[in-house]
Amino acid sequence: MSKTLIRGAKVLGGEPQDVLIDGGIIAEVGAGLSAEGAEVVEAAGKVLLPGLVDLHTHLREPGREDSETVLTGTRAAASGGYTAVFAMANTFPVADTAGVVEQVYRLGQEHGYCDVQPIGAVTVGLEGRKLAELGAMHESAAGVTVFSDDGKCVDDAVIMRRALEYVKAFGGVVAQHAQEPRLTEGAQMNEGVVSAELGLGGWPAVAEESIIARDVLLAEHVGSRVHICHLSTAGSVEIVRWAKSRGIDVTAEVTPHHLLLTDELVRTYNPVYKVNPPLRTERDVLALREALADGTIDIVATDHAPHPHEDKDCEWAAAAMGMVGLETALSVVQETMVDTGLLTWAGVAERMSAKPAEIGQAKGHGRPVSAGEPANLTLVDTAYRGSVDPAGFASRSRNTPYEGRELPGRVTHTWLRGKATLVDGKLT
Amino acid sequence: MQRHLISAADLTRDDAVLILDTAEEMARVADRPIKKLPTLRGRTVVNLFFEDSTRTRISFEAAEKRLSADVINFTAKGSSVSKGESLKDTAQTLEAMGVDAVVIRHGASGAPYRLATSGWIDAHVINAGDGTHQHPTQALLDAFTMRRRLVGRDAGIGRDLDGRRITIVGDVLHSRVARSNVDLLHTLGAEVTLVAPPTLVPVGVETWPCEVSYDLDAVLPKSDAVMMLRVQRERMNAAFFPTEREYSRRYGLDGDRMARMPEHAIVMHPGPMVRGMEITAEVADSDRCTVVEQVANGVSIRMAVLYLLLGGNEPAVTHTRPPVAHHPSDERSAHTPFTAEEK
Ligand SMILES: [Zn+2]
Repeated sequence: MSKTLIRGAKVLGGEPQDVLIDGGIIAEVGAGLSAEGAEVVEAAGKVLLPGLVDLHTHLREPGREDSETVLTGTRAAASGGYTAVFAMANTFPVADTAGVVEQVYRLGQEHGYCDVQPIGAVTVGLEGRKLAELGAMHESAAGVTVFSDDGKCVDDAVIMRRALEYVKAFGGVVAQHAQEPRLTEGAQMNEGVVSAELGLGGWPAVAEESIIARDVLLAEHVGSRVHICHLSTAGSVEIVRWAKSRGIDVTAEVTPHHLLLTDELVRTYNPVYKVNPPLRTERDVLALREALADGTIDIVATDHAPHPHEDKDCEWAAAAMGMVGLETALSVVQETMVDTGLLTWAGVAERMSAKPAEIGQAKGHGRPVSAGEPANLTLVDTAYRGSVDPAGFASRSRNTPYEGRELPGRVTHTWLRGKATLVDGKLT
Repeated sequence: MQRHLISAADLTRDDAVLILDTAEEMARVADRPIKKLPTLRGRTVVNLFFEDSTRTRISFEAAEKRLSADVINFTAKGSSVSKGESLKDTAQTLEAMGVDAVVIRHGASGAPYRLATSGWIDAHVINAGDGTHQHPTQALLDAFTMRRRLVGRDAGIGRDLDGRRITIVGDVLHSRVARSNVDLLHTLGAEVTLVAPPTLVPVGVETWPCEVSYDLDAVLPKSDAVMMLRVQRERMNAAFFPTEREYSRRYGLDGDRMARMPEHAIVMHPGPMVRGMEITAEVADSDRCTVVEQVANGVSIRMAVLYLLLGGNEPAVTHTRPPVAHHPSDERSAHTPFTAEEK
């Protein structure tokens, strides 16, 4: 494999350095490295990060290839600076067997834009009744370590307890979509002032918080670890903070959109803002930012949820829930966390690469930018300002809440094991 | 109020009073031997009903026909929100037919707003009830009924409901009528109190321009009008209250309770009434109960709204007052709003 010299990049936002990639590995990091025999990428002023890792992506294949495929989804990921994504199990068929997870894994390897690590379902068919073959999925070629019924909550306390216990045998983790189902029947948006006025069914914060409280207690009781998906309320932050202070092995993620958008946007009745969990209030948004900054929330995960146009171009109640996010995640994090002074770029690297890789055990990802490490890297033009144009998305779906909105920062290059997947903002 | 009538909250005080005044003019048409005006001749109005409501549909249809509009009834029966594309598809069909206005009733909150703002259609949109969100013409006809009863038919012209105390009782949580009325009555200067069991009051109600009470008996003596909302029996199965009997005991309006209201106070109901549960037959049949008037007034209000949104060369009601005469003694007054069309 040829050599690449990234010249003068601010590694993790620090002092400018040269980074030499050779044969898929970072060969050298230092000042004034020789460009001999290497393709040079001038990176002055830009920030170099370890390739981003998304613990929560919906790739839709198999089953909803009209929304996204492993190919289009991983191209979107590479565009957004990601080198590894964890693909959620709510496909058709559900990723609840070794066969399905191996298929998804293999497609990712074949396309070569981004490593795809399938997430296995916790229960058969996501139905919440019977444990899926967690061990078989772990032992498959896909090597599944994260299990989730995302899209649905594992609401039966006994099933959740068993899942938490069972995955201890191979160091797995259960990622919970915390949503008490009875409290969210008919839910359309955050329950509060805006839902009262709009007459839309409320999704109360307590429906999330009560499940998180239960699950951290279960994790403590059985001595396992639990991961909370897309945490969205100030109350959830408090519960996770308490659980961590008590020594419970819990990790949590927040999505970019929950760091930026509020339920006031639902006043437009534009289903592009319909997402699960729903957009919350300003108070929640600020609490989430603070929790991400102080480490209570461990990581940012996109919950990239592609939907075709017709599933969103309708009345609110009929619309599908979800937003695409891979291609805008880093920009939103820059706006909400970096430009606000809450987080350094090193902090971003921790929360969008190192820690998600660690939670999901994505080998070779989320590593330091230093000699001998796999060359999974992302170069960001942090000075860039521009408005979001979904027409340019690599994702097959365009359901972004940011259309026309100005966001800072742009990923210009992505390398997966030394091979460029994105060059000057264009996919290879 | 722009081109559409989506929410009672969009109406300014002057918009609302203008609609009520115009409705008084329209009411006079009903007293004529030929109950028809040429105002909307050549215009096509579609009643697009995704949800059954014969009463509301007939009321709009009567209003449209009295204004000489061409009326198309489109009942999308059986279309549920699960077939989400149907609204857009239907809208585009109507657009292709050159429809001037769409009166829409839909089970999903926000559907009329979406229809008006999504670019699917160019027509005026009038919300005839959406989900648990709004039903602005209902609120207008209620306000019209209150103004006639509490201020006076002729004395009410140009006036609002300043200082009147209105109590709305029942399932506020699921009621578009309650939401619309709170908005409009507040705009018109009334003091609104909602009375319901706490389970039927929405979380977030504290930002609404009204009071909330759980105690009907405490509020009744201070009410100029008491509006009883329909309570669906299935709410009981969803544990919103323990039993029908308990609900009736605490929040139903019977003769004893009505006797505790001030003498001039009226009883309202958006209909259809379920006698026994929220209102007893004794109350429903008393002459303090305005249910029948509300129905008649609904036609006048809907004529006024259609006229003001669509009529003549006048812009939407906020901008310029059309030449509505305010002196009923004037022979010509009933005609003046429509002269432009009559030529
Ligand atoms: Zn989820």
